[in-house]
Amino acid sequence: MGYQITRETANRVFEQLKQSYDIFAPKFFSGEGCFSDTDIIRYGKVNTLDEIQWEHRSDYSFKESLFAINETLFYFTENETTVPAGPEKKIMIFLKSCDLHALKRLDAIYLENGPEDFYYKRLREKAVFVLMGCEETCATGFCASMGTNRTEQYDMYLKISGDTVLADVKSQELQTYFQNTDGRTCEVTPDYVTENAEKVTLPQHLSVDSYQNPIWEEYGSRCIGCGRCNFACPTCTCFTMQDILYRDNENVGERRRVWASCQVDGYTEIAGGVDFRKTQGQRMRFKVMHKIYDFEKRFGYPMCVGCGRCDAICPEYISYANLINKLSKEEA
Amino acid sequence: MKNEYIPFSSQVKEIIPHTDTEYTFRMSFSGDVKPGQFFEVSIPKYGEAPISVSGIGEGTVDLTIRKVGRVTNKIFEHYEGNSLLMRGPYGNGFDIEKFKGRDVVIIAGGTGLSPVKGIVDYFSQHPQDASSTTLIAGFKSPDDILFKQDFENWEKTLHVIKTVDSAPESYQGKTGMVTKYIPDLPIGDISNTVFITVGPPVMIKFTIIEILKRGIPEENIWISHERKMCCGLGKCGHCKMDSTYICLDGPVFNYADGKNLID
Repeated sequence: MGYQITRETANRVFEQLKQSYDIFAPKFFSGEGCFSDTDIIRYGKVNTLDEIQWEHRSDYSFKESLFAINETLFYFTENETTVPAGPEKKIMIFLKSCDLHALKRLDAIYLENGPEDFYYKRLREKAVFVLMGCEETCATGFCASMGTNRTEQYDMYLKISGDTVLADVKSQELQTYFQNTDGRTCEVTPDYVTENAEKVTLPQHLSVDSYQNPIWEEYGSRCIGCGRCNFACPTCTCFTMQDILYRDNENVGERRRVWASCQVDGYTEIAGGVDFRKTQGQRMRFKVMHKIYDFEKRFGYPMCVGCGRCDAICPEYISYANLINKLSKEEA
Repeated sequence: MKNEYIPFSSQVKEIIPHTDTEYTFRMSFSGDVKPGQFFEVSIPKYGEAPISVSGIGEGTVDLTIRKVGRVTNKIFEHYEGNSLLMRGPYGNGFDIEKFKGRDVVIIAGGTGLSPVKGIVDYFSQHPQDASSTTLIAGFKSPDDILFKQDFENWEKTLHVIKTVDSAPESYQGKTGMVTKYIPDLPIGDISNTVFITVGPPVMIKFTIIEILKRGIPEENIWISHERKMCCGLGKCGHCKMDSTYICLDGPVFNYADGKNLID
């Protein structure tokens, strides 16, 4: 159901939503970028519609709203374990089409691959998703090439246009927030881009033979293994276990899981020091093949959603989009 | 909904030292478990490590642990009467039914013997269930030999070749890599012979080259992969090779499939 309401009414609806939901959206953090005097857009809890960063793609994705950068799995005291309480409120996440497509990939790993993940599921069950449209393409994104430029899988679509706010509300529960407002119902269709500046063609004939392609080593000499591409990626889900003990009482501690990167040292290292992928070239190959080849073999669709964050965040200006196009050209 | 990450406490029933750095911990456990499966074993505050099942008893599982890292070092400080935290078992494990009635050759290197020890035990106790059973086990040196007591039992019922890579001149036993003993292995009906090989990656590679030279079809070779695994549940990503999650789909693979798995 589509609604047109005033900005003022939208603010009131937002206040009401906040009673039941913790609302997460891309926010602007002035001066908090990786380098001095740089800003960053990342997810955080928002209290007003004005805080939401509508236009620019966030530097980091929404995924930290569903699984934290480091998450306590349980606390231990001697041999007793205590699981931290889950969220009391429901969760509302504002995101763009590419990220909503990424959600399907997160679900594939955390809910379908092996047993369901307790911690992911208890947040996921409480989450609703609000689509933010894209009037213009972002700089490095290639969603149109990946078919992730539009989606119908949202609970609500919201667009602010001057003093007017348009909403397409699919969730019946969310409709109740709009029904008693002074707005009017109307047809609302989400904005989406049909073309990006960056265009990507996926190679069609990748196989295990592609592992031998010398192209990976070209990138190996440039990559410094910082892992930012993985942390910015909305579809990367890897983590490592970490136990910590409290300094003032060594009988008490906690087990956490912490985001991991397949580009960073230690990712494949086992006890005794064997490391299965030593070079950055091998790690690049592992990542790219996962994004555009082997995830699809397992789940039926490519992992990459073409958000372009990895290219924007790489300190070595490595273009993953370029790499994919080069692989395609080699096939031609 | 079950929280798969919460470990259970398991009593250390017995400790069997093999070398200075490798002990078998006999742990209390009741439930279904197969050779080749593994548990995530942990000491609170030090972390978790995946450890293969090296023996299955009444109400117990054996975990043979080498002291090589932060978690395993700490485990060595926990002795009888204490407990460890465990979750699992995970992985597919070996299906002994597939080997029954056949000429079974098991080739293991070092602690690689742990995941296949359940198979060796089975055919040692039920020698009539296989057409023949051969074990080729390699260790670095005489001091590194594991399961000494078990070897004495196995030698009564199975064809056992126990070799060390290098040894002082006074050493009475066999020396050389496991691959040295493959070319002269008596093999009857090739199609009825199965090879199972587990060990360090380099050893598996060269062992398979030798096995294939004997004309054994790829489908008759079984391997088990050891990889980093933080969850055992198909989530953490560390063990993935191509589209395969070693923790869910393995660690045991038929070589015809396993050969396509590249790190």
